Amino acid sequence: MGPVTADPLGTPGTPKSLPLILARELASNLATPMFLLDPGGMLVFYNDAAALLLGKPFAELGEIPSGEFGAALQLTTPSGEPIRRRDSPSGVAFFERHPAHTTLMATGYDGVRHRFEATAYPLFGAEGEMHGVVSVFWEPRPGERDD
Amino acid sequence: MLARVWGCRGSIAAPGPDTLRYGGNTSCVEVRLASGHALVLDAGTGMRSLGVVMAGEHHSELHLLLTHLHLDHLQGLGFFRPLFTPDLDIHIWGPTSPVQHLSERIAMYLSPPLFPVRLEDIPSRVTFHDAPDEPIEIGSATIRAAKVTHQGPTVGYRIEEGGRTLVYLPDHEPALGSDLSTVPASWISGHDIARGADVLLHDAQYRDHEYPNHVGWGHSGVAATMEFARKADVDTVVLFHHDPYHTDDELEHLLTEAHAHWPGHADQVCLAHEGMTITLGNGGISRSRDDS
Repeated sequence: MGPVTADPLGTPGTPKSLPLILARELASNLATPMFLLDPGGMLVFYNDAAALLLGKPFAELGEIPSGEFGAALQLTTPSGEPIRRRDSPSGVAFFERHPAHTTLMATGYDGVRHRFEATAYPLFGAEGEMHGVVSVFWEPRPGERDD
Repeated sequence: MLARVWGCRGSIAAPGPDTLRYGGNTSCVEVRLASGHALVLDAGTGMRSLGVVMAGEHHSELHLLLTHLHLDHLQGLGFFRPLFTPDLDIHIWGPTSPVQHLSERIAMYLSPPLFPVRLEDIPSRVTFHDAPDEPIEIGSATIRAAKVTHQGPTVGYRIEEGGRTLVYLPDHEPALGSDLSTVPASWISGHDIARGADVLLHDAQYRDHEYPNHVGWGHSGVAATMEFARKADVDTVVLFHHDPYHTDDELEHLLTEAHAHWPGHADQVCLAHEGMTITLGNGGISRSRDDS
């Protein structure tokens, strides 16, 4: 074999599909918070901008099973009503397989509450197969802040 | 399994006195299996010479595995003599597209005004297949494809036979400007099919100082190629898809850079060249000696 060296990042996990890999590459280069779900609903990546929202970097938390993500990022409507995961944009994109958009409040590990516009859309491959979900969060436009 | 390189130039054929040692024909690799089956990887201009050889042999079927449909991987198809052999079964495998079937996309080239003969008028029996995401068997080999990062729908192929594995990723940019050493293996394009390969034929179009000006073009700099191979735990790396502007001398500078990325393993890294043969068998891996 070639030069074998310790590779702390090299432990093979579940290989990711190309659409998911490209989505991660895009997210890594954006200053807009972005989350990626895999076809099983696992949160498999979020970028540095999203880490500001969650309160912890991805390198610290790693992949988060779908059932635990609700605890990591608590979502409510702007009036404070809790949003169930399956009713959030990413939940709609995952379960109903179509894009969704809403305004919501998000509270991460740091306890700070933020208002966001959130859009999520499913990733479909060339044969219509589901590769995952992209969720993007935008801060409100000037004049829309309520804090 | 025996692999023979008929073309390893990238982008456009580059014949001439400056490319004699490594060759100017574009991508085409012949693979002969223990079962007697013949595979052809890509249909670049190197395919013309291969077709001359194959036309003199008896085949009941041939399998052409296309990584993608850029012209440097397709242009030789119309000049592949077995294509004009009546009753020969030719199976063409290639990447799926959400827009057009593989046959429709190939017919865009094999039709006037780009080519005088229409695909539908080809005498051989041509069957089109989607590149297999799941392992399939052709003769004594197990073959699997995976979509990889390049411009447009593109796949790489993993060919296993008798415990040996050849992986073909001629057009591939897994790094996309990032440092692959910082990316988990499961997030690297192509890693899954390249993992543990005995021989990896991989895109290494750019020298390290050239790559920053070509990020996103779909091809790799040599540093990324060698890091990809290291992470995939590959035994032997064959640098492929030579830049059409690289002379033989420049390619050898590129090889020196590759060796620097795998210090102490120079015998496991080489430049592909036309006529190069690679044998993968019970006795291990051997290459034709003029490629060292």
